[in-house]
Amino acid sequence: MVSVPEIWEEVAVTENIIELKGLTRRYGSFTAVDSLDLAIEKGEIFGLLGPNGAGKSTTILMMLGLTEPDGGTVRVCGFDPVSDPVEVKRRVGYLPEEVGFYDDLTGMENLTYTARLNGFSANDARAKAEELIQRVGLTGEAGKKTGKYSRGMRQRLGLADVLIKDPEVIILDEPTLGIDPAGVREFLELIVGLSREQKITVLFSSHHLHQVQQVCDRVGIFVKGKLLAVGDVQSLAAQLFSGEGRPAGSERKDYSLDDIYFRYFEGGVDHE
Amino acid sequence: MSNSVLSKKIKFSRTGDRIRHPFRVIVEKEMADHIRSWRFIILIAIIALTSLGSLYTALTNFSQAVKPNDPEGTFFFLKLFTITDGTMPSFTVFISFLGPLLGIALGFDAINSEHNRGTMGRMLSQPIHRDYIINAKFTAALAVISVMLIALGLLVMGAGLIFIGIPPTAGEFMRMVFFILLSILYVAFWLNLSILFSVVFRQPATAALSAIAVWLFFSVFYPLIVNLITKSLAPSEMAAPQTIIAFEQFRLALLRVMPNQLFSEATTTLLMPSVRSLGPLTMEQMIGALPGPLPLGQSLLMVWPQVTGLAAGTIISFVISYVLFMRREIRSR
Repeated sequence: MVSVPEIWEEVAVTENIIELKGLTRRYGSFTAVDSLDLAIEKGEIFGLLGPNGAGKSTTILMMLGLTEPDGGTVRVCGFDPVSDPVEVKRRVGYLPEEVGFYDDLTGMENLTYTARLNGFSANDARAKAEELIQRVGLTGEAGKKTGKYSRGMRQRLGLADVLIKDPEVIILDEPTLGIDPAGVREFLELIVGLSREQKITVLFSSHHLHQVQQVCDRVGIFVKGKLLAVGDVQSLAAQLFSGEGRPAGSERKDYSLDDIYFRYFEGGVDHE
Repeated sequence: MSNSVLSKKIKFSRTGDRIRHPFRVIVEKEMADHIRSWRFIILIAIIALTSLGSLYTALTNFSQAVKPNDPEGTFFFLKLFTITDGTMPSFTVFISFLGPLLGIALGFDAINSEHNRGTMGRMLSQPIHRDYIINAKFTAALAVISVMLIALGLLVMGAGLIFIGIPPTAGEFMRMVFFILLSILYVAFWLNLSILFSVVFRQPATAALSAIAVWLFFSVFYPLIVNLITKSLAPSEMAAPQTIIAFEQFRLALLRVMPNQLFSEATTTLLMPSVRSLGPLTMEQMIGALPGPLPLGQSLLMVWPQVTGLAAGTIISFVISYVLFMRREIRSR
C-alpha cells in the first residue's frame, strides 16, 4: 500500500518539466515544426541536436511564449506559455544564440537590471549579481562596459543573466557559437556543474554533436521540424539503425553520434 | 488602516529596501538612458539657446508691443511667448518647429535598436508582459519631454518676471500652464509617430529619416500643395458670401490635417485671449462685438477640437505601433 503523499512524491519526481504535444508551427506553406512530441524530465540535461534551420529555435520560442504555435500544446513547469507566459518566464532562463546587452552599461549594471525585472530590490539585485559574476568567472570585468566584452565573456555574462532568476529550467540555444574550444569546454563544464548541483533542467540546443555528446543525458535528433529519435547515445543508434540491417560488421554496438549525424543530416535518407 | 493599504502596494525585500514594479524599473532605465545620451544633451542645448534667443527678442521689444488701447493690455505677460521683432521667431514658433524634432529624436530607435542589439529577446524572456516594453518606452520619453518643457516654460516665466517686474495674473498663469500641456501633447504626437516608425523599420536610420520626412512634408510641402489646390478653386471676389465662406472653411479643413496647424491655432488662441474665432467671420457676426479678451474657459472651448485632433493622432499612432509590436515574432537577432 502506498499512502497518498508518497504517490504525490512519486508523481513529482517523474514529472515532466517540459511537455510538448503535437506542436506545430507554419510559416506560410513552410512547416518549421511538424507535430512535435517531446517530454523532458526534471533535472536532466537534454540535447536538441539538429542542423541549422531544423526548427530548434522556433520550438524554443514557442516554449517561452515568444511565438504562438499553430497547433498542439506546450506545458513548461506546469504552465501554458500561450496563456501564461509570465509564469513560464519566471521559471525559465533563456540564453539566445547571440545574447545582447546594453553596450553602454557595465556587466554589473546589465545584470542588476535583469534582476530588478525579476522582482529583486536594488540591494538584493546587486548582491545576487556579484555572486553570479564571481560564479561565471568575470569578477575583474564586472565594471567594464559590455561593449568591450569579448564573445566568450558575453556568453558567460549571458549565463549569469539567465541564472539570476534562480530558474528551474535553462534553455540554451546554440550557446557556444563563436567561442574558442577552451572557452567552450569551460562553458559546458559550468553548465553541467550547475545543473547537477542545483538540480536545474537544461535544454541544450546545438548542431555540434560533440558538445551535445559531452554534456547531455539524453539527446533528441531534430530534422526538418520532426523529432526522429530520442534517447541516450546508444539507444539512439539502436533506434535509428534497427530494421534496416546494421552497417557492415553488424555486431557493432558502439555507434557514436557521428554515425547518426552523417546518416541523417548530410545523408540521403529523407525520413518520411 | 492606511498602513495596511500601503503595505499591499509597496513591497519590501528582506533587507528592507523597496521592490519596484518591473514596469517602473524599465521606465527608470529608459529615462536614465535618455538623459545620459548625447542626442538629448544636444537637443537640450539647441532648445535652450533658441528659447534664450526668443526671450531676448521678446524682452527688447516688449515696450513697443504693449500699446495703450490694446484689448490684450492686461495680458502683456503672455506676450513673452508670442512677440517678435521679425529677426527671431517667437517662443511658440520655436516650439512648433523644434518640438517635432525632440519627439522624433526620443522615439525613432525605441524598438528597432533593441532588436538590433539583441536585447529584445533577453528582455522578453524576463517575467514581464510584452507591452511593458513599448508602454515603458513611451512613458519614459514622455516623462523626459514633460519635465523638460515644464522646466523651460517656468524658466521663461521666471526670466520674464525678473525683467518685467510685474507678476502674471492667475488667468495668465493658467493660460501658460495650458500652453505647456499643449506643447507636451504636440511633442507626444511626434514621439508616437517615430515610435511607430521604429516598430515598422528595422534600421533606426530609416525610421528617423521617415519621421523627418513626414515632419518636413507637413511643415514645408503640404502648405504649398494646399495653396495650389485652393488657388485653382478660389471663387471670385464677387461670389456670394456663402460660397466664400464655404471655400474658406474648405481651405482651413485642408490645412487642419497638419498637426503643426492644429498646434499653432491652439497656442494662438490660448496665448492671445482676444482671438475669438479661428475660422472666417462675417461682418454680421462682427457688428456690435466689443474687442475684448475671452475668458479662459471660452478660449479652451475654442481650442477643444484642435486638442482632440492632436490627441487622436497621438493615440492612433500609438495603437498601430502597439498592435504591430505585440504581433511581431521576436527572434534573437
